[in-house]
Amino acid sequence: MFSMAKLTMVEAINLALRQEMEKDPRVLLLGEDVGRNGGVFRVTQGLLDAFGESRVMDTPVSESAIVGVAIGMAVYGLRPVAEIQFEGFVYAAMEQLADHAGRIRTRSRGRYHCPLVVRLPYGGGIRAPEHHSDSNEAYFVHTPGIKVVVPSTPYEAKGLLVAALRDPDPVIFMEPKKIYRSLREEVPEEEYLIPLGESRIVLEGTDITLITWGAMLQPTLQAAMLMEKSGTSAEVLDLRTLSPLDTESMIESVKKTHRAVVVHEAPATCGVGAEIVARINENALVHLEAPVERVTVFDTVMPLPKLEKYYLPSAERVVDAVNRVVSF
Amino acid sequence: MPKMVIETCSVEWLQILDEDGICDEELRPPLSNEEIKKLFESMVLARTFDEKAFKLQREGRLGTYASIYGQEAAQVGSAFALRPADWMFPAFREPGASFVRGLPMRMILQYWAGDERGSQIPEGLNDFPITIPVATQIPIAVGVALAAKTKGEPIAVMAYMGDGATSKGDFHEGLNFAGVFSAPVVFVCQNNQWAISVPLKRQTASRTLAQKAFAYGFPGIRVDGNDVFAVYRATNEALNRAREGKGPTLVECLTYRLGDHTTADDASRYRSREEVEQWKKKDPIERLKKYLEKTSLWSEAYGQAVSSNAKEKVERAVREQESLPPPDPRDIFRFTFEELTAELKEQMENFLKVDGKERSESKDVLYG
Repeated sequence: MFSMAKLTMVEAINLALRQEMEKDPRVLLLGEDVGRNGGVFRVTQGLLDAFGESRVMDTPVSESAIVGVAIGMAVYGLRPVAEIQFEGFVYAAMEQLADHAGRIRTRSRGRYHCPLVVRLPYGGGIRAPEHHSDSNEAYFVHTPGIKVVVPSTPYEAKGLLVAALRDPDPVIFMEPKKIYRSLREEVPEEEYLIPLGESRIVLEGTDITLITWGAMLQPTLQAAMLMEKSGTSAEVLDLRTLSPLDTESMIESVKKTHRAVVVHEAPATCGVGAEIVARINENALVHLEAPVERVTVFDTVMPLPKLEKYYLPSAERVVDAVNRVVSF
Repeated sequence: MPKMVIETCSVEWLQILDEDGICDEELRPPLSNEEIKKLFESMVLARTFDEKAFKLQREGRLGTYASIYGQEAAQVGSAFALRPADWMFPAFREPGASFVRGLPMRMILQYWAGDERGSQIPEGLNDFPITIPVATQIPIAVGVALAAKTKGEPIAVMAYMGDGATSKGDFHEGLNFAGVFSAPVVFVCQNNQWAISVPLKRQTASRTLAQKAFAYGFPGIRVDGNDVFAVYRATNEALNRAREGKGPTLVECLTYRLGDHTTADDASRYRSREEVEQWKKKDPIERLKKYLEKTSLWSEAYGQAVSSNAKEKVERAVREQESLPPPDPRDIFRFTFEELTAELKEQMENFLKVDGKERSESKDVLYG
C-alpha cells in the first residue's frame, strides 16, 4: 500500500531530495540560502539539520561558481544538486553550463561525465520583482548535452526529480514558481520514478491536441474544460521533459486529432513551441487540418507585476487560439 | 577615534636560481640529483615539442597551436610537485605540465590537429582536458577539490591560468569559493604578461597578481616563473598546505611568452623586439643549464643526450599521431549523453545514409 499525503510542489521536491540524500551519500546540495534558511522558497527546509553542512552548502552569491563547482563535484563522482535562486540569475552560469556541463562527456570521449542537477525556479504569475519571472528554458534546450525537465504538479515533480538525480548526465530541473504552493496533490512517500523523455496525456480528447508543460498546464486545462462546454474535445499533453522531446507521443496525438496548439510561457520566437511545430510538420503534415498555433508570451521583456496578467497566456487566449484552429 | 590600520597585505617574491645560474643553496628545494636532471630534461622536452609543433603548423600538419616558449619552468616546476592522485586542470598553454604528468605527447598533437580523442585523458591520469574559455576551469577545479575534501580523500588540485584569466569573473568566483570553503587547491597563474596583444597593465591596476589572493583570505606568492627551483618550491609548499587542510594558495609565476599568442598571431604587431630580447636573457632552460654546468651533473655528452632523446620522443609522438586512423564520424553523436536520445539516433542514422545507402559502405564518404 502506498502511503499518500497531499503535498505542495515545494514539499514534494523537498521529500524527493531528502529521500535521495538518505539513499545515496553522493547527493549533496549547494546554492544561495539553501542551508540555514531552507531556500528562499523553503524547498530545502530541514535538510541542513538532517544532513549537515558538508551536504547542504550555503554558498557565496556566485552563480557561475555554484554551477562550476558542482560540475567539478560531479566529475569527481558526487551527485551535486545546485540551486540557482531564480531563473533570471542563471545567465552568469551559462558559460559553465554550455562550455563544460554539456560538453565534458563528448570532449573527453567518455572519460568524464557530469551527473549534475541544476534546480531552477522559473516563471511568472507570482507578482515577483524584476528578473524573477522569466521562462528561459529554450536556452538550455538549445544547448547540446543537457537535459531539461519541467514538472507541472507535485506528484510529477517528485518522480521526475528522482529520475533527474539518478541520471548520468546534466539536467536542468525547472520548477514553476506559480505551482510551488498553488496546488496540492497526493504524493506517495514510496519511491517512484517518472522516466525523463516521456510525456503524459493529462486529458484525452479527439478534436485538438494542446501541448504544454510546467505552469502553463493549468490555464491549458482550464481552456480544455471551457471548450468541452462548447463541444470541442481537447487532448492535453504535458511534455514533462523538453530535452529530449517526446516526439512520438506528440505525433501520435496529432495524427488522431489533426489539430494542435502549443502553449508556453516563453517568448514565441525560437521558443520550444517553434521546435514542436517543426516536428509536427516533419512528421504529421498530411494529417493536419489546420496550421498549428502557438500561444506564448510576447517577444518582449517580461513586465513587472502590474502588467503580467496581460503578458502570460491565459485560458481565454488558449480558447481563442483553439477556436481559430478548429474553424480553420 | 583616530583612523587605524586593521589589515595589511604583503606579497613575497621568491627567486632561488638567478639569470646567471647562481643558486641560493639555502632555499634550493631538497631534490635529488636525478630529480634535478629530470626537471632539466622535462623542460628541454617541452621546448623541443614546442618548436616541432610550430613547424608542423607551418607545414599544414597541425591546426592552431599555442606556444609555451619561455614558460617551461613555470609548467614543469609546478607539475613536478604534483602526486599521481592529485588532479590537474590545464588552461590551454600547459603541455609542459601535461607531459610531466604523463599525458602521452601524441595526445596534445592530436588535440591541436583537430581530433577530440586527444582530450580522452587516459584512465588513471587525473587531468582535465585543455580548457579554452578563459578561467572557466577554475570553479571546476575548486569543485573537484571540495568533492575530495567532502569524501575525506587527502589529495590536492592544481589549476593553471594565465594573467588574462585574472580579469574574468570565474577567477574571482572560483578563488572566493575556494577561500570560503578552504578547498585543497593551488592556483598557478602563469603571468606571461601578454593576453594576446593586451599587456598586463590593461588586465589589472594591482602591482602583482599574487596579491589578489589576499582579498579571498589565503596566501598569494609571486615567484620567478623562469626559475624552476622557485616554482617547484612554492607550488610544493602550497600543495602540502592544501593536503594538510590549510586551504588554497595562489602562486603567480612571473614569466614571459617569448612566442606569439598562437600560430595565428603575430606578436611583432604589438610589442617590441627589445622587450622580447631582454626576456630571452632570462631563459629558464639556459639558467638551469648554467647551474648544472657548475655541478658534477653536467657533461657535454649529457647535454647532447638530453637534446637527442627529446627530439626522438617528439618525432615518435608525431609519427604516432600522424599514423592514427581517422576518428569515426559516429563519435560526433556517441558521447552527447550516456545513451543516445531518440532525436540523436535519428540524426545519426540519417547522417549515415547517403542516397539511401549506408555511408560506411564507402570509406571515402565516411572519412572524406
